[in-house]
Amino acid sequence: MDFAFNDEHQALRAMVREFAESRIAPNAEAWDRDHHFPVDVVREMGELGLFGITADERWGGAGADFTNLCIAIEELARVDQSMAITLEAGVSLGINPIHEFGSEELKERWLPDLVAGRALAGFGLTEPGAGSDAAATATRAVLDGDEWVINGAKAFITNSGTDITSLVTITARTGPDEISCIVVPAGTPGFTVEPAYRKMGWRASDTHGLVFEDCRVPATNLVGERGRGFQQFLSTLDDGRIAIGAMAVGVLQCCLEQSVAYAKERESMGKPIGSYQAVAFKCADMEVMTEAARLLVYKAAWLKEQGGPFKQEAAVAKLYASEAAITATREATQVFGGAGFMDETLVSRQYRDAKVLEIGEGTSEVQRLVISRGLGLPVS
Amino acid sequence: MNIAVCVKQIPDPATPYELDDENHWIIRPEDQVLDDTDRSGVEVALQLAEATEGTVTLYSMSPSGTLQGIRQALAMGADAAVLIDDPALKGADALTTARVLAAAMQQEGFDLVIAGTESTDGYSGIMPQMMSEILDVPCLSFARKVDAGDGSVTIERQTSDGFDVVEAPIPALITVTAGIEPRYPTFKGIMQAKSKPVTTLTSADLGITNTVHQVIRSVEPVAARTAGEIIEDDGEAYLRIIEVLEQAKVV
Ligand SMILES: Cc1cc2nc3c(=O)[nH]c(=O)nc-3n(C[C@H](O)[C@H](O)[C@H](O)COP(=O)(O)OP(=O)(O)OC[C@H]3O[C@@H](n4cnc5c(N)ncnc54)[C@H](O)[C@@H]3O)c2cc1C
Ligand SMILES: Cc1cc2nc3c(=O)[nH]c(=O)nc-3n(C[C@H](O)[C@H](O)[C@H](O)COP(=O)(O)OP(=O)(O)OC[C@H]3O[C@@H](n4cnc5c(N)ncnc54)[C@H](O)[C@@H]3O)c2cc1C
Repeated sequence: MDFAFNDEHQALRAMVREFAESRIAPNAEAWDRDHHFPVDVVREMGELGLFGITADERWGGAGADFTNLCIAIEELARVDQSMAITLEAGVSLGINPIHEFGSEELKERWLPDLVAGRALAGFGLTEPGAGSDAAATATRAVLDGDEWVINGAKAFITNSGTDITSLVTITARTGPDEISCIVVPAGTPGFTVEPAYRKMGWRASDTHGLVFEDCRVPATNLVGERGRGFQQFLSTLDDGRIAIGAMAVGVLQCCLEQSVAYAKERESMGKPIGSYQAVAFKCADMEVMTEAARLLVYKAAWLKEQGGPFKQEAAVAKLYASEAAITATREATQVFGGAGFMDETLVSRQYRDAKVLEIGEGTSEVQRLVISRGLGLPVS
Repeated sequence: MNIAVCVKQIPDPATPYELDDENHWIIRPEDQVLDDTDRSGVEVALQLAEATEGTVTLYSMSPSGTLQGIRQALAMGADAAVLIDDPALKGADALTTARVLAAAMQQEGFDLVIAGTESTDGYSGIMPQMMSEILDVPCLSFARKVDAGDGSVTIERQTSDGFDVVEAPIPALITVTAGIEPRYPTFKGIMQAKSKPVTTLTSADLGITNTVHQVIRSVEPVAARTAGEIIEDDGEAYLRIIEVLEQAKVV
């Protein structure tokens, strides 16, 4: 048994931490305030190779292990969840469906720019009437000659409307009991990106509703086999859950570091607040949660690397890590007292941002459903 | 252009340094990091190599340890490293360091040598100048910008009130200031760093025998800072402030 990160993992962590602290941390508060998506910084993340960590070398990637990607996401989330989700969604939802299931033609056309971080892609699964219940997908795609004609709407789609968004892969009904994934290039007539949502958190991340009205794309934009869309996004989500777990680990690490530092320095009633058990024990609990979440997430990543089944472990890791992150951000805010409620305090942004960790890529309830089914229980 | 860059592996400056009881030398952990000053040197070397289709070779004298600091410089894009690791060199002074590094460079060949202005842990700020003397090449110091010409190099030499433009024929040695913003290593750079050639030499390999060591006789803690004087402003405090500054000979 070996719990050690290798030299490459450590060097990557050091690189991303330094980049995050010097290029992201000083600006994140302003981006959050202005709901500003910093395209230039995302491009820099691309130049560092972060979008290409796991992609094949044929497309300009490094072909490295998934643990590396989790480390990069964790380190970004330690200073700013918006940039972490931009990378997480860019790879798990943007690149991977095409990378794993797409035709050679689709790969050649789209992957080089996505892998280099010169372009971003979104994945449109959720609809106004279909979230947790993805089988309720109502968007339809009908084959007309050698084109798909798409009608419907998607909700809450990450990275779908940035200046560098090149496409979204959407799920659509292509027949009765048949869901398929189809690539819709940005700017295709009939494809409307609605104005960005106003959000409680992840404000520097790009999220839009999408509308398709007689939107025509080539038949060859089908991703993988027709009718396999459901299986494809389920497998996409399994990876994504580990990656969201890695984000939560970064948030936990942030809460721990910030709280311990503040508890040592802030004085009340003549003593540092960390000398009161009520505060010290919050920090101790954060240490426990951080360590536990880290182990669950990297164990799931390791299992995936080994090629073994990891669905259950991914759901366990995502559920525990995201709920722990929400608890820790609430407690860290409490450690900071009134200052914790102010926008300039990092933990206050982490608190607002963390909530969605238990909503996106499967809610906590859906994780419990997956886990219960994994236990063989007949839940519906 | 074949560029030699001096890089120092140092204990992480974020953790307090400790000295050993016997010789008062810095205790060097296994995982030393790349001196920040030398990142600027590597950056300049990479830019010149990109402009001239040259190569960048790192030279370092230190215990190898995990090679973390060297790998950081290789991940930025340097091509190879030559490391001089020899217990006989423990406690080497700046002159010995200069002799050792110069001998390694002469053995491997070079057109240009780049070093930091002063290291973060030793900060004597004299090693590169000694090396240029031994190598018998001109020394251009405090470069904040470097350009390669045809058979020459031109630098902007930082001065207290501006900069001088200094040119010299190559081979030459340049010390760079920390004002030059280094690049981040890329992820691919990190992956490739593992397989780049690292040659390890001893002083015997370089034919250097009579190494001189510095002897540190004693180390005293810095005197604790005494409480400052608080000057109450009764409208005339500025007079007292001027007096204090004059006594301190700062005005
Ligand atoms: C910022 C943000 C970014 C997002 N990015 C993307 C994206 O890029 N692509 C994408 O496709 N989607 C994205 N989503 C959508 C997200 O995945 C969905 O919001 C999520 O899956 C929940 O679906 P819903 O909103 O329809 O909630 P609903 O499914 O309506 O759920 C409402 C509540 O009911 C509970 N619930 C539902 N069904 C059950 C059940 N059977 N048993 C128990 N409880 C149940 C849920 O857990 C939840 O608490 C994003 C969302 C947000 C907020
Ligand atoms: C086994 C061993 C143990 C050592 N222990 C110590 C120690 O305890 N304390 C200590 O200060 N030094 C130690 N050294 C390193 C060496 O003694 C110093 O590097 C030397 O004295 C130069 O001093 P400086 O750092 O003040 O140089 P400066 O003149 O301040 O350095 C200027 C620039 O010269 C280059 N440079 C300097 N030293 C080196 C080097 N070693 N390798 C590559 N480039 C270099 C760098 O580019 C640096 O920015 C040790 C070396 C070995 C092999």
